[in-house]
Amino acid sequence: MVAPVTNVLSSAVWKVLESVKDPEIDTVSIVDLGMVEKVEVEPDQIKVTLLPTFLGCPALEIIRNNTKNAVMELPDVKHVEVEFIYSPPWTSDRVTENGKKGLKEFGIAAPPRHLKEDGSWHVDCPYCESTYVTMENIFGPTACRSILYCKSCKTPFEAMKPVSTIM
Amino acid sequence: MSNVEKMMSAEEKEALEALLFQLADDDFLFSFRASEWLGLAPHIEEDVASSSITQDTMGHAAMYYKLLEDLGLEKADDLAHLRSAEERKNSIITERVNGDGYYMDTPQYDWAYTVVRSYFYTQAKKVKIDSLRENCSYEPLVDLAIKINMELYYHAMHWKVWFEQLLSSTEEAKSRMVNAIELVVQDMGDLFSYGDQKEAIERFGLIGTEEELQEKWMEAMRPTFEKVGINLPEIPSPKLNGRNGQHTEELQTAIDTLSEVYRLDTATSW
Repeated sequence: MVAPVTNVLSSAVWKVLESVKDPEIDTVSIVDLGMVEKVEVEPDQIKVTLLPTFLGCPALEIIRNNTKNAVMELPDVKHVEVEFIYSPPWTSDRVTENGKKGLKEFGIAAPPRHLKEDGSWHVDCPYCESTYVTMENIFGPTACRSILYCKSCKTPFEAMKPVSTIM
Repeated sequence: MSNVEKMMSAEEKEALEALLFQLADDDFLFSFRASEWLGLAPHIEEDVASSSITQDTMGHAAMYYKLLEDLGLEKADDLAHLRSAEERKNSIITERVNGDGYYMDTPQYDWAYTVVRSYFYTQAKKVKIDSLRENCSYEPLVDLAIKINMELYYHAMHWKVWFEQLLSSTEEAKSRMVNAIELVVQDMGDLFSYGDQKEAIERFGLIGTEEELQEKWMEAMRPTFEKVGINLPEIPSPKLNGRNGQHTEELQTAIDTLSEVYRLDTATSW
């Protein structure tokens, strides 16, 4: 029977994808970020379909190669294809609970789930949990991050920018 | 080739390609000019913000060129770098220099001009993206517009804030902004034009009509202009129409600069 073998391989691929980290945030994997849309086990190859967080992100090609290399490490895998698609679009609510934990560990507040009516949003300081923070720059060191400042522990920090289809 | 493309007539495909070249070349030239500000923006936070916007926008151009590649044209990098000025379909507003001087020498770029151009252009892009999301008959372009829209939200907000703040600032800031508006508007005649392909682009339901989109842009701008107490300008008819390959010398110098490295060896992976 073919199906159980396929399932086992598919789980093994998902497992190994957890070792593929965001090249710029090494505490979260592409699975945690919600970038992995599909894993398909085909007769002669494994196909991994990913969603780009932001279209101009320069890390995408690095992620593509790292994904390919990681899956190639699995026994009996000969060919791996990695494809980026933008439908469905990646949205920041795809970040998993584990992903939020990983971001926080890195000093990045998780993307807020709720936007106020005027489009503004709020996060707490990832270091001291204070809510007494200010937005320094909606844009940050990478396309997906913003720069904030905590007035309680006097530490600059970053937040993952919320993006959604309702914008 | 997907089923959608198989069903498309030669005429429809030509119209789709024309629209994609306009969208791609617009974002490509606009983000090239914006990239010349790198390290020169008025303050460090603005340098971070505008270069981030520029990176996103260059990503949007790359995706439009990729859609053209998927339709059977040359590869995206070649389409971006190797086409001559006469083949380009961008609006004149996107090719203009940022001001006097050259960034490798003594740039005396005009921030007011950049704020006005960026705000007007980004709002026009927003109107087009909304129309593509809601009405476009070509599914891959609908999907792309949905994704671009999420990033565009932050861009539009950014330039609107600059526009309102500078026009509500000192007399000098206001007069520089008013001059910049005059300059930018002169080049806007072709921004909503589809050039020679107008009839076909509109007939195949690829995007809203020129008149409809221009009207939507005016509507979106009106509250901002009222807020800062100046009159909404009339968009003139185009003197040069970039959609038909008519351009200024400034486009040629932009292409020479942006493709210089790529042309050294087109087979290398840069």
